[in-house]
Amino acid sequence: MNRPSMTKMVLIHLGLIITTVAVLYPVLWVVGMALRPGQAFSLDPNPIPSSITFEHFASVLGTETADGEWLFGRQLLNSLLVAGITSTVGIILATTAGYAMSRWAFPGRDAGLRIFLITQMFPGVVMAIPLYILLDEMGLLDSLVGLSLVYATTAIPFCTWNMKGYFDTIPIELEEAAWMDGADRWTIFWTIVLPLARPALVVTGLFSFMTAWNEFILAATFMNKETSFTLPVVLQSYVGDYGTEWGHFAAGAVLVSIPVMILFFALQKHLVAGLTAGSVKG
Amino acid sequence: MLRLFIITLLGILGTAHADTLTLWHAYRGAERTALETLLAEYETLNPGYSIQPRAIPYDGFNSKLEAAVPRGHGPDLFIAAHERLGTWVPLGLVQANPEPITDVPKAVEQALFHEGQSYGLPLAFKTLALFYNRDRITTPPADTNALIEMAKSERDAGRIGLAYQATEPFFHAPWMHGYGGGLLQDGSVELNRSGAVRALEFAKDLADQGLIPEEPTSALVTQLFNDGNAAMVINGPWFLGEINPEIKLGVAPLPTISETGSAAAPYLTVEAIQVSAHSQNADAARALAKWLTETKQSVHRALKGRQSVTAASAYEDPRLSSDPILSAFRAQLEHTQPMETGAWMGSSWEPLARAIRRVMRGAHSPQAALDAAHQEFQVVTAPPPPPSNPWPYICVAALVLLGTVSFIVRAAWKQRAAMREMVHAYRWIAPAAISMGVLVIVPFVVGAAVSLFAHRDGDWTFVGLTHFIDILFARDWPLTSALSFWFTLVVTIMWTAANVILHVGIGVALAMFLRAPWLQLKGIYRVLLILPWAIPNYITALIWKGMFHRQFGAINALLDAVGIEPISWFSQFSTAFAANLITNTWLGFPFMMVVTLGALQAIPSDIEEAASIDGATGWQRFWAVTWPLLKPALLPAIVLGSIWTFNMFNIIYLVSGGEPDGGTEILISEAYRWAFTRGHRYGYAAAYAVLIFGVLLIYSKTTDRILTRKAT
Repeated sequence: MNRPSMTKMVLIHLGLIITTVAVLYPVLWVVGMALRPGQAFSLDPNPIPSSITFEHFASVLGTETADGEWLFGRQLLNSLLVAGITSTVGIILATTAGYAMSRWAFPGRDAGLRIFLITQMFPGVVMAIPLYILLDEMGLLDSLVGLSLVYATTAIPFCTWNMKGYFDTIPIELEEAAWMDGADRWTIFWTIVLPLARPALVVTGLFSFMTAWNEFILAATFMNKETSFTLPVVLQSYVGDYGTEWGHFAAGAVLVSIPVMILFFALQKHLVAGLTAGSVKG
Repeated sequence: MLRLFIITLLGILGTAHADTLTLWHAYRGAERTALETLLAEYETLNPGYSIQPRAIPYDGFNSKLEAAVPRGHGPDLFIAAHERLGTWVPLGLVQANPEPITDVPKAVEQALFHEGQSYGLPLAFKTLALFYNRDRITTPPADTNALIEMAKSERDAGRIGLAYQATEPFFHAPWMHGYGGGLLQDGSVELNRSGAVRALEFAKDLADQGLIPEEPTSALVTQLFNDGNAAMVINGPWFLGEINPEIKLGVAPLPTISETGSAAAPYLTVEAIQVSAHSQNADAARALAKWLTETKQSVHRALKGRQSVTAASAYEDPRLSSDPILSAFRAQLEHTQPMETGAWMGSSWEPLARAIRRVMRGAHSPQAALDAAHQEFQVVTAPPPPPSNPWPYICVAALVLLGTVSFIVRAAWKQRAAMREMVHAYRWIAPAAISMGVLVIVPFVVGAAVSLFAHRDGDWTFVGLTHFIDILFARDWPLTSALSFWFTLVVTIMWTAANVILHVGIGVALAMFLRAPWLQLKGIYRVLLILPWAIPNYITALIWKGMFHRQFGAINALLDAVGIEPISWFSQFSTAFAANLITNTWLGFPFMMVVTLGALQAIPSDIEEAASIDGATGWQRFWAVTWPLLKPALLPAIVLGSIWTFNMFNIIYLVSGGEPDGGTEILISEAYRWAFTRGHRYGYAAAYAVLIFGVLLIYSKTTDRILTRKAT
């Protein structure tokens, strides 16, 4: 493609810079609020605070249980565990299902794909109480595993669609050759297909991770103790019935967002390549 | 570390031992420390008892309590505001007091009564009072005439006279009660009494004279006071923690209404400690509750936790009686209206808030607005429809089930050969299918079944399809009302379409630029542009809400800088809708951008180059070559994106909150309101949810031919 003229180039950069500033402005504001002294919600159009303090970060990070255990660390560990289990379960279930749906035209496949899509349409508002009873019956209430399972199932439809879309782009010839050589299905899947599908695995994992990392309504309902809360629940607890501790809330928000941002930056190449969202290749 | 890991992994269920007392509360900061200190002291005084206090986030407190207690996972004791007794008593969550409450003012005792029985022991109370800046106001106003005079001189000096959240019924209530417009009088609830009309005229007058700020949110009130720009503020004790320490603070009871001679009476909330009806240790729990309310412990909570305690004897302590803030609240307590415990109370907020906003905007007269509010209130609190006979429904359900099963069996039988051959495929798909079935489909079916029942105050009646008929035939509201299903459906469709068009448009445009080989700094742009996706959306929604503020928001400041009149974003439909749309576009375009970038990789660039050699301009090339290749890859993302947008609750709820008059509400936020702010009509809300599902199902029917096209 030809290089456009200088004026055009400047205009394009200008457009991109304006968009980027518009995107960054609210983000800067959260950071500014986290660094500004006091707990008030700032209405100052200038996101950069006049004086800076790290006390909000210190008090959010420094919470302790009655026994002197480091509470924030424990909750961070909970969040990491829940997000980790969710991604693992999500990847395993979505990859196997997506692979089967991509490779084999079994009766019921189309219906299955449609049902997966349909589950995305269930409004969460009716699900919380039945899920509570269900988890209770399964003995998984107040357990990180139970919470992770619930998150994994909310992420599976998107992930399955995405995995199927990606598998569709991988030529089947390699697998057929291996099949001729007598390899079994699992070996083919494990040694040939999965390595090729790495970008899509990354996206699937990231998506499940984020589902679990940001959710707080179900977590607050299912988990009982402060020591079993995840970070979004902690964040939510700075929002009181009348007043909100905005300084703490913003500092917590920054802390919660940092791991996801790191993941995004680290994985952004794969993100572009692996996000097919079930795109169909003719 | 490993031990911690294993314990966390197992997530042991908190089972109560005979000598353990669990206590749930939502206290934070000093209040929490004071409580925990006392509990530790009680443990030393009573060896053999282990007390486990648990702080639960306020937002999840009630739903968690109502789910956990009946299933035996609740606490022995919990501390909560008294107004939900009307829900807890019918649900059987709390135990009535065996003996009368002593050592409390009359209003506090009265608050804890529900249908002739009293529940729980009071610890503290919360109510509104007048906060003032002693640099500006030497003597707090005794009546509203004095208040208006002081506010006028502040206004004339370029400041705000009185800041309070005028459009919130809770903050408007002092005037309403002071003018004799209380909701419940002589056993009947009316929102449009003449006193209420006069109170609203009074508030409108304050606004018209420029004495109170526009769109007064709690953040704005705090900021005005902290910057010294508001001399007086009406707020509650929670405000104390937010005040700039450099302000010379005074607190006084609210003034008397000059016109009526009665005191402005704010609502009173009593925080009481309740003994769970399912406690295994009720006697020990009650003993602990009683101990916490005793004078000495009350004084401790007041001094260390800065609580307005309810124990009358505590105020005989000189440290309390000489404390200007605690004694101001204590004086205000004498002129309060205890929050009603009936379930109707919760249903009064929304219609009242709407009425106040309509009047403040100048859209309605106080009388007309309150008449409309009363009518809405009556619909929301109407008695449940008569019970239906469940048998026809059971028969139909059984027939449908039988039909479905036989259809599946027949289909399976026809294709049994193919299925047997493909048995491995089912094995691969089974883990995902089973977990989805158990954790998604079962809860949904159970939740959907709730739509056949009506819920009032803990009682469920089977009403069959009545809710669906009410909703679909717009029996409660005229079709054109913002509260009718069809109106909301149209708004929801507009919302979804506008969002998807913008997300895809911006996403594709940015992706086209970002992939150009000649563009520098691509990586940086790309990283920064996906940031909105990485931050939890409930946080950014609140930030955007603040940026859209009429007087102090960043967006109007920007418009002002380029010479455009500031916009009152949430007072008309078009701009409120636009505010929601802008926020959600900000959140949603990165996903589409990334999907497009991925799809563009699959398009060989030589095709486009060939077109450009043929002399096509960039624009022609895009529509003729790139877009047709891009479209099939984007369609599934568009379908998914539109489903997510259709149910994007957080943005609507947090940004416009349905303003104006519920006009920008979408179906999912309407369902939420029926479930949680309109008298807990879970059945009605579930019917909304089922209808949402139905609409999306129809939508996906029209698109799924593209989606499930054979891959091989």
